[in-house]
Amino acid sequence: MTSRQESNKPLHGVNVLDFCWVAVGPMTTKYLGEYGATVVRVESVKRPGTLRRGAPFKDGISGLNRSAYFASYNANKMGITVDMRHPRARDLMLRMAKWAHLVTENFTPGTMESWELGFEQLKKVNPAIVLFSTSMMGRGGPMERQPGFGPVLSSLVGLTNLTGWPDRDPVNPYGAYTDFIVPRFAVAAILAGLDRSRRTGEGIHIDMSQLETTLHFSAPVLLDYAVNGREQTRVGNRDPGAAPHGVYPCAGDDRWLALGCFTDVQWEGLQKTIAPDGNGWPYKPDFDTLLGRKANEDELDGLLSNWTSSWEVGALMETLQSSGVPAGMVNDCRDLFDDAQLQYRGHFQWLDHPEIGPYATDRSEMNFSVSPGSLDTPAPLLGEHTSYVLKDLIGLTDEEYQSLEEDGVLE
Amino acid sequence: MSDARTGIDFLLEPYRVLDLTDERGLLAGKILADLGADVIQIEPPGGSPARNIGPFHGDDPLPDKSLFWWAYAANKRSITLDLERKDGRALLEKLVAEADFLIESFSPGYMEGLGLDYENLARMNPKLIMVSITPFGQDGPYSHYQATDIVGMALGGFMYLTGDEDRAPIRISFPHFYLHGSAAGATAAMLAHTHRMVSGQGQYVDVSCQQAVAKTLAHAPQIWDIEGAILKRMGVYRQTSGENRVRINWPCKDGYVNYMVQGGTVAYSTRALLDWAKEDGLDTAELDEIEWEELGYGAVTPKLMDQFSGPIGEFFKGHTRAELVQGSLDRRILLFPVATPSALDDHPQLEARGYFKEIEHPELGLTVRYPGAFVKSGDGKDIAGVYRRPPLIGEHNVEIYQDELGLSSAELQSLKRAGAI
Repeated sequence: MTSRQESNKPLHGVNVLDFCWVAVGPMTTKYLGEYGATVVRVESVKRPGTLRRGAPFKDGISGLNRSAYFASYNANKMGITVDMRHPRARDLMLRMAKWAHLVTENFTPGTMESWELGFEQLKKVNPAIVLFSTSMMGRGGPMERQPGFGPVLSSLVGLTNLTGWPDRDPVNPYGAYTDFIVPRFAVAAILAGLDRSRRTGEGIHIDMSQLETTLHFSAPVLLDYAVNGREQTRVGNRDPGAAPHGVYPCAGDDRWLALGCFTDVQWEGLQKTIAPDGNGWPYKPDFDTLLGRKANEDELDGLLSNWTSSWEVGALMETLQSSGVPAGMVNDCRDLFDDAQLQYRGHFQWLDHPEIGPYATDRSEMNFSVSPGSLDTPAPLLGEHTSYVLKDLIGLTDEEYQSLEEDGVLE
Repeated sequence: MSDARTGIDFLLEPYRVLDLTDERGLLAGKILADLGADVIQIEPPGGSPARNIGPFHGDDPLPDKSLFWWAYAANKRSITLDLERKDGRALLEKLVAEADFLIESFSPGYMEGLGLDYENLARMNPKLIMVSITPFGQDGPYSHYQATDIVGMALGGFMYLTGDEDRAPIRISFPHFYLHGSAAGATAAMLAHTHRMVSGQGQYVDVSCQQAVAKTLAHAPQIWDIEGAILKRMGVYRQTSGENRVRINWPCKDGYVNYMVQGGTVAYSTRALLDWAKEDGLDTAELDEIEWEELGYGAVTPKLMDQFSGPIGEFFKGHTRAELVQGSLDRRILLFPVATPSALDDHPQLEARGYFKEIEHPELGLTVRYPGAFVKSGDGKDIAGVYRRPPLIGEHNVEIYQDELGLSSAELQSLKRAGAI
């Protein structure tokens, strides 16, 4: 990494004091680090973050510096370890807040205040500071302290109810799904806050409820209830505007192709691929129109599954795409690494970690013509940068540093 | 601008966005509009194709009644403009000269084919930030692939991990593929803007929806990279470690609840649930014997899960969702509702924070409850918000072309007659 590239990143010169933990916060600040901000994570040895204890571990052996889950979401950040319950921690953090342009946290509301590091206190030492807080339910209100994490929020926000087969119980969208919806809204809001702080010289406290944010990923469903009184629910893989529309089996174990025909041209492309001579089941009069295919969708799906099941999934995707049919293989996680387009975009990148060795992490989904981001350093070891950050970035003297160390403020 | 904006101390007050997206990108501009930017939705004459997406108000499939449009075009102003006509492009160029951002979601190459690629637009305005949102990015082997939601959710790796293990992978019944890319489009716009604040320079950003979806998979890609294992979908269960899994969703009398059995630091929650089941006369004797306090994360074996599912599954079925949720609050049980739209419409926390906003639709004689701002100020004040109903087709043609760009009414009429607007 050359200093020139570094200095051209959009967030070059932006200092971030980062108290975020688990997934939603770290994914947010990963973007900031990738695009040039100096991100310093405050961690604790006594209470190490959840993700440091999350699989997968190098060689299957757990250890606070061995989680590839943690390593993926904390690339390009530095880490310091501080005992936040120590009486001297607050002054140290206020000193860092003077250095910072942005403070980020995703604790239960009230935690920062319990350390006397709430917005009002931060603003006293740094009037232009932007404080970003995000929690499950947002600050204030009867449920502000409700515990929970991603899989819970998918249910609370209504996405679980919208996922599954109509004849079965609903299933969760994979993983802590909402944790990966929120960060893009979060970065946009943070940078809007930073923009205003730069224009006005006045700091701001941004509060993001993950419930409220995620509801924008089902806003039409909420409106359908509000104006039509309709309770939408899961419909499997079907779509009112298309037939066929679904996932169909291919040759091999658990191999599947997704496809959907919304237009006549797409349907004709599928007909011709299945039966180039213009004869056979795709040309049944029942299947001639969208409404005909919708009325006979079970039969259509059965015939189509029968046809797809002898195909190799990659070959079928290419064949159908070349006939103008929207089709894509259901990529499993190995397939993602082999996916020609993701490879072309450099989606996965390997960083070399002192304990894990080379590990894969994902790059940003955005390519910038002038100021691209980059991932250059692996996630920090626990406490790796305590000395560097406090002495070289914040300017503590050797004596001050030693005194904090001896007092047990630094862990 | 409209009075409805008063009372909101918007973060992005000074900026203007030209939004050329269709249903594949509307959310990007909506995010910036909610933050306070002046977002001009540029529709083709006849209206945006997003207006064809249901459901519709009163199930009446008219372009001004699409709830998809309502959700993602609220706060925006609308003008019509035919990019495929010279006059249309000339108008766009005038607008570009005064704009801070341009967002589009056409197929790769379309804008360039019309001479509207970034290089040309930047000649009129070197500070312009242009964001393109496409399924796979502007180039590469799939860049011209046709992608609908289900195709994108499949290629992004989401579907393989979602659904029942004995059936096909599944998507979310409300399409998310383009929403992920669109949200990233707003992020991209703000990152480029932050660069512009310092450098004075605009730039072009190319967003891939496939990558945006692949970034939602938590540690599943790392499990392949580090362990060489392919994670599979598990229906209503969640893997906790190795063969161990816990059930997440449970049927109750009138719907579903979310409950994950755990020990260790939250053993109190499990004990409280067992006590409640016992009050109902269910036999929990064997389960009471288990030393939940000693049980670490991921230690619930398949055998224990089965043992637990008998009486507890029975218990859940005997109560309504509301009973279970309220009882759990009282007894400190970590149980949550699997919410339906009506439950969200009547949600104590959303109500207390004033989340939903009543927006007038005078043409329909309606007041509609819209999902509100996605951020607030820490002291509860509004720094973003939903304040204006979605525009009618070309509703702001006169306001923008005549009052702001200075076209004469005769010119406007010529353009209309020629079909350019």
